[in-house]
Amino acid sequence: MISIKDLQVAVEGNLILKGVNLEVKPGEVHAIMGPNGSGKSTLANVLAGREEYEVTGGAVSFEGKDLLEMGPEDRAREGLFLAFQYPVEIPGVSNVNFMKTAVNEIREYRGLEKLDAMEFLSLVKEKMRLVEMDEKFLSRSVNEGFSGGEKKRNEIFQLAVLEPKLAIMDETDSGLDIDALRIVANGVNKLRSKERSFVVITHYQRLLNYIVPDFVHVLVNGKIVESGGKELALQLEEHGYDWIKNEQAAATL
Amino acid sequence: MSKHKKIETNDIKDWYLGRFSAFENHLNGSRDIPFHAVRKNALSTFSALGFPGRRDEEWKYTNIAPLLKHQFGLAGEVGNVTEETLRPYLFEGLENNRAVLLNGRYSEALSNYRTAARGVIVCSMKTALKQHAALVEPHLGRYARLEDEAFVALNTAFVNDGVFVYVPDDTVVEEPLHLLFLSDATAHSFFTSPRILLVAGKNSRMKIVETHNGLGDHAYFTNVVTEAVNGAGAKVDYVKLQDERPNAYHISHLQAHQERDSNFSFLNFDIGGRLVRNNLNLALKAENCEGHLIGFYIGGGRQHIDNHTAIDHAMPNCFSNELYKGILGGKASGVFNGKIFVRQDAQKTNAYQNNKALLLSDDATINSKPQLEIFADDVKCSHGATVGQLDDEALFYLQARGIPKAKAQAMLQYAFASDVFNYIPLESVREKIDQLVHERFDNI
Repeated sequence: MISIKDLQVAVEGNLILKGVNLEVKPGEVHAIMGPNGSGKSTLANVLAGREEYEVTGGAVSFEGKDLLEMGPEDRAREGLFLAFQYPVEIPGVSNVNFMKTAVNEIREYRGLEKLDAMEFLSLVKEKMRLVEMDEKFLSRSVNEGFSGGEKKRNEIFQLAVLEPKLAIMDETDSGLDIDALRIVANGVNKLRSKERSFVVITHYQRLLNYIVPDFVHVLVNGKIVESGGKELALQLEEHGYDWIKNEQAAATL
Repeated sequence: MSKHKKIETNDIKDWYLGRFSAFENHLNGSRDIPFHAVRKNALSTFSALGFPGRRDEEWKYTNIAPLLKHQFGLAGEVGNVTEETLRPYLFEGLENNRAVLLNGRYSEALSNYRTAARGVIVCSMKTALKQHAALVEPHLGRYARLEDEAFVALNTAFVNDGVFVYVPDDTVVEEPLHLLFLSDATAHSFFTSPRILLVAGKNSRMKIVETHNGLGDHAYFTNVVTEAVNGAGAKVDYVKLQDERPNAYHISHLQAHQERDSNFSFLNFDIGGRLVRNNLNLALKAENCEGHLIGFYIGGGRQHIDNHTAIDHAMPNCFSNELYKGILGGKASGVFNGKIFVRQDAQKTNAYQNNKALLLSDDATINSKPQLEIFADDVKCSHGATVGQLDDEALFYLQARGIPKAKAQAMLQYAFASDVFNYIPLESVREKIDQLVHERFDNI
């Protein structure tokens, strides 16, 4: 699905990712955990194609294609989806118009017929139920005046509508109360399939109680320093990130 | 060493003054009507005023030098304009509600406005001056002051045609009127001085859509003056779409007069033209009036678009609302000047003004100047002005969902302007303007 090799990324001249390696196969769920400032969000954003991030080394191949050569819109059309940590408010663009444009752009790219108004409406209504979103959100401007939880649900709703091959969830749990977290996680779990992969980026283990990963990686100071199964998340929860930092320090002595 | 003589402002003024005798010769019968004295008076006022320069406070940010380089003559007859020619400029449902002006002249053959309402007059100004003098003369030239504005004086001196709209008291006109101006500059350059007079009687209702388009690539100059008289309790919705050719100069002057309880709403959309100046003046002359000035403009290349608004609150308990939004790219420039006067008697005035500009390039500029002069003490007035760029975060968000950059930019531009479009009272007009603006987004 996606193969990240020795990825090095700088932001405003500071090296943030210092050689990340990650291999995700179809249907797998990978969690990336790490303390603040470790480079988790940088990884998510650079994969989605944000311009401010400068790739200084390494390679990323997505479904056999060079991801780093593509603009953000082509990455999305190829099947990559980023659930934003901070979804953007866009006054004046309705959610329904936004999604209709996006769906049809992606369908056109994939050589599929555009959806007409009726087909589109039945699709979005079905997907809204998945994240327990009220239909009134369709006519509202994208994320404008949404609560934190509503914004995150809107991200999962978009994920459901666009049906990507790989979804990167950037701290989707941040700012969510327990009910919102459950709704968001249920939505994601229903979207899991043999073909679709997830990279779940989170600071806390809490989300991983709901979205159970196949693999857990720990990102510290721009590098993945530890990889394991879901039990690694529990270890981190128990001992904190200092445990792994200390272990690192000991290893380099 | 250049041997070319620089054309001085006075020379070009003399040029226009020199067109007057040719104009008089074309007038035939309408030379003998009382209004001809008004024309002559306007000509001498124009002669005394001359064209404004950049030292004039009202013209500080609008340089009319490019206009003054041209020696525009009187407009000639228009070539073969047919139903087919007009089709691109028509609105669905309003095809048979139109008054057509070709090069500023009313075309009887192409106009077809009909209404079921009794006593309504929609006719050429030429006809009106002869046949409806008693209805026209008490108003024509009584509101738009020559002394204040050289272009009003120039228009008045050369008025021969235009449109007269009269709605009797207590008359609700269901059929909106489409005033379709088409300038044919395929063969030569010219200037036109059309005049619009709208007299809306007490408690009357009327909707008007005025459009300006052109043909051909020669430069031309439209200098239009509109006087709108709103009787007590009248409600008038007026939409103006200016989509002139890239070589066109468009200067317009609106003077609206409002009587008690009247509600006048004027929306102007400027998407064409090389140099555009709109003077938009509302005079709320009696209690309990409501006045709206709403506008949207989009400019690219070297376009210049200037909206100069003035709202005069003369009496108590009136409400006015102004909203102007513009999008400028390339080396385009814009001006918004918003005067609000609240006279001493105008207690309990509510006046809102808001103007926002979106600059798409480093070379695009906007000069924005709110000017509130308040002499009453119990009033609510507010004004806001913002200038910004497209939100990069929003752009990335849209792209990250598969929407290509150009389309994402157009979506955000439209989102910026969308609240202005919601003011358009006729659906087919809204859809058409919407579509025209979208096309402009793609090549700004």
